[in-house]
Amino acid sequence: MTAATTTDLVAYEDAVRRYDPVLGIEVHVELGTLTKMFCAAEVAYGGEPNTQVTPVSLGLPGALPVVNGKAVEYAIRIGLALNCTIAESCRFARKNYFYPDVPKNFQTSQYDEPIAFDGWIDIELDDGEVFRVEIERAHMEEDAGKNTHVGGATGRIQGAEYSLVDYNRAGIPLVEIVTRPIEGAGERAPEVARAYVQTLRDIFRSLDVSEARMERGNVRADVNLSLRPTPESPLGTRTETKNVNSFRSIERAVRYEVSRQAGVLDAGLPVIQETRHFHEEDGTTSSGRVKSDAEDYRYFPEPDLVPVAPSREWVEEIRATLPEMPVARRRRLQKEWGYADAEMRDVVNAGAVELIEATIAAGTSAAGARKWWMGELARRAKQDEITLEDLVVTPAQIAQLQGLIESGRINDKIARQVLEGVLAGEGDPEAVVVSRGLEIVSDDGALLTAIDDALAAQPDIVEKVRGGNQGPVGAIIGAVMKATKGQADAKRVRELVLDRIGS
Amino acid sequence: MTNDITRLSASDLASALRSKTITSVEATQAHLDRIAAVDGDLHAFLHVSSDEALATAAEVDAKRAGGEELHPLAGVPIAVKDVVVTKGLPTTAGSKILERWIPPYDATLVERIKAAGLPILGKTNMDEFAMGSSTEHSAFGNTKNPWDLDRIPGGSGGGSAAAVAGFEAPLAIGTDTGGSIRQPGAVTGTVGVKPTYGGVSRYGLIAMASSLDQAGPVTRTVLDAALLHELIGGHDPHDSTSINEPVPGVVAAARQGAKGDLKGLRVGVVKELSGEGYQAGVSARFDESLEQLRALGAEVVEVSCPSFAYALDAYYLIMPAEASSNLAKFDGMRFGLRVEPADGPVTAERVMGATRGAGFGDEVKRRVILGTYALSAGYYDAYYGSAQKVRTLIQRDFAAAFERADVLVSPTAPTTAFKFGEKLDDPLAMYLNDVATIPANLAGVPGMSLPNGLSDDGLPVGFQILAPAKADDRLYRVGAALEAALESSWGGPILNKAPELKTTELAR
Repeated sequence: MTAATTTDLVAYEDAVRRYDPVLGIEVHVELGTLTKMFCAAEVAYGGEPNTQVTPVSLGLPGALPVVNGKAVEYAIRIGLALNCTIAESCRFARKNYFYPDVPKNFQTSQYDEPIAFDGWIDIELDDGEVFRVEIERAHMEEDAGKNTHVGGATGRIQGAEYSLVDYNRAGIPLVEIVTRPIEGAGERAPEVARAYVQTLRDIFRSLDVSEARMERGNVRADVNLSLRPTPESPLGTRTETKNVNSFRSIERAVRYEVSRQAGVLDAGLPVIQETRHFHEEDGTTSSGRVKSDAEDYRYFPEPDLVPVAPSREWVEEIRATLPEMPVARRRRLQKEWGYADAEMRDVVNAGAVELIEATIAAGTSAAGARKWWMGELARRAKQDEITLEDLVVTPAQIAQLQGLIESGRINDKIARQVLEGVLAGEGDPEAVVVSRGLEIVSDDGALLTAIDDALAAQPDIVEKVRGGNQGPVGAIIGAVMKATKGQADAKRVRELVLDRIGS
Repeated sequence: MTNDITRLSASDLASALRSKTITSVEATQAHLDRIAAVDGDLHAFLHVSSDEALATAAEVDAKRAGGEELHPLAGVPIAVKDVVVTKGLPTTAGSKILERWIPPYDATLVERIKAAGLPILGKTNMDEFAMGSSTEHSAFGNTKNPWDLDRIPGGSGGGSAAAVAGFEAPLAIGTDTGGSIRQPGAVTGTVGVKPTYGGVSRYGLIAMASSLDQAGPVTRTVLDAALLHELIGGHDPHDSTSINEPVPGVVAAARQGAKGDLKGLRVGVVKELSGEGYQAGVSARFDESLEQLRALGAEVVEVSCPSFAYALDAYYLIMPAEASSNLAKFDGMRFGLRVEPADGPVTAERVMGATRGAGFGDEVKRRVILGTYALSAGYYDAYYGSAQKVRTLIQRDFAAAFERADVLVSPTAPTTAFKFGEKLDDPLAMYLNDVATIPANLAGVPGMSLPNGLSDDGLPVGFQILAPAKADDRLYRVGAALEAALESSWGGPILNKAPELKTTELAR
């Protein structure tokens, strides 16, 4: 359609060598309130279409909005977590545009008076480097309904026979977080974009303001990208790739746009300011609608609502209840646990932080907890293609298992059998040990019988040991272990063998 | 007999019901009969809900017979302006675009009316979406003025005013964005009150201009207005702009005022709301009313509100701006009229365009276009922004004036009722009708219009009283005092001077 779409892509490494990418990211998060932003309609995932509605969320004549206080509290929590200033008073505005998924034909949003502004957040990249992203604003708004276009090839409105609208989503509270231009990411721009959204997702979860499930659209990212020749050059023309809804897609979309825009610029053409769609199948983006000055939302203050003026006391109360932010928490835990950087990174990537923390809280050493979750359990999860969290074993059970080893009642090898039992639903490790009869044989009498049998069977070894060569003693121990089906404590067996031979 | 019932004030009817002299079914039927007899000519009603009204009446009668404690107005029938949503009853706001729409919910004020047991007689005619001063902009035909069927009943609430003036209902609900309760009151010889902004819930009022709209009582007496005001007023958690305080003691104020003592009261005459442009008979009645107030012991002073000169201009930017956004929802997608384009593809956008083109009348389109323009990028500051500044200046003028006077007064409208068609093609002349009523909406202060005589043309004139925000009780004290004095000088209510309406024989 446009000249820009026909130019060649530039290899990513080449593109970032010659151009400096600048990001701008808008993240929408659906708040986990019980009811909608402006009415008492229930918020729940997966309801029958158009059942979670009121006259307000359907935009019926005469209906009026009332601000959901919980949503304001959540927005303030997010603002504070992002180190923002919380407005002393702020207003909602109407963003006017005609579209069937917007029941009133205007979206109630915040325009020139966001609830939170001027913040920042540190994000951690894969190698542990910390990158600071500046936040311009976080504002409250309502979600639109959901359109389903039926009958076309693409699922888009073009070519569809008819469209259906589900207003269950209309009016769900959203907070939109807008960054300042993110400069200095260079070739790591895709990773920075992904890590930023990932960090926000983690923050939303730790704040308990949203389920923050990407796959359900609880968190949606629009990624703006522009290129410029050097970091000193003025900002280039940006594109906005809409609704990039997985971490991997964010990286891919940024990579693709860098390559595409570099191609456009190399061809001596201007980048067109437009929204673009990301295609999951092949990792490309395509032109959406052109953003022009003609787009006029006729914003004006929402006359049906009074200003939101959170008292300073309330803001401080909320601040006092903020949990530790994910990056800070990880740093603290790594220090407490004594893990190496690489070890901690693996733990984080495996989603094992909470599991290990709980295991340690149940009495296991940091090393012991890591051994289980990053070892045998990680192997099992991978084998079953599930997450660690979804394994049917609790941190308390792992702590008990490790305790059994440390008290000498079982050894490492037996412990794996015990774990099998736990995973098979046979109960706690203690119960499995008893029911499967896996307890270490610690009755010296029984052991001595087995030892005497082994010594009698291999008199030459006894001679060698008596001659001062302790090497072959292992053969006797092995024979004893075999005779006791591995349920003996090898250390004790060794002591008894030496004692026997020496006597 | 039925005639006698319809002539009763709501207060007297309520007493008769309480003393079981009559039943609510009888009272309701009498009004339904009156509607059947005169509404063919008046056309005050767009929908008459006989069955529902009689069912409510029977329920109230049964409760009364059972000795239940009832609301003072229980059993007194009422008419509701068609801009207020009523569950199960058609609600059109006078527009084709909502023809045959049945709301699934009740406005808060309707809930209160129903809870108190007032039978709802029906829905009254109005200018489309309350845009107009004559009810000529209704998509469903003109309402006639009971004083002269060739003349307008005022607007936008001409239906409610005519219903009350024509004895079709003792009480009615109106809404007032720039004078739509008070100006119809003035030209039909009835009482209309626009409460303080936020005094009555707007939940369920089909919005024209959210920051200006306010519902209020339309009645034949000041006391009736107070009784209805007290019923529908008060905080509503569904309306964020609703005042979270008790309703001022309006009924008590009306009863006190009726005793006729206004000693110590300072009455401010707004210099800018008189003189040029006001009909001679209107000015004469106004001056006589001032004399009455003095005779009752009030001190009359002149106050100046210079910014009122810009009120009309500011109003015709703010109101259309908000209306353009409020009316965006009428698009054929979810409710009401849906029109598909005559030719070409049937897309959502084209259906919206065709529906709005066919469903809205000229005045609505005029204001939507005006408002859309005023909010456009690059014009916002010059138009909407400046208008909001004027609004602040008007509020300051009011504040200064209320330093010097307890209430402010003026004629409600510059002229008496004009003839149909006289101003229909001249929007600016039509807009000027509201010059005296608009400042109260811009400032959010309460206002009342009550009849204060007939002009030289034999048509009723209205007297406007304005009070500070949340001091609605002052309107009732002054209004009731003036009403009592005037009625004693006339020898009875002004509506006794209205011509008898031609009645059609009932088929029943």
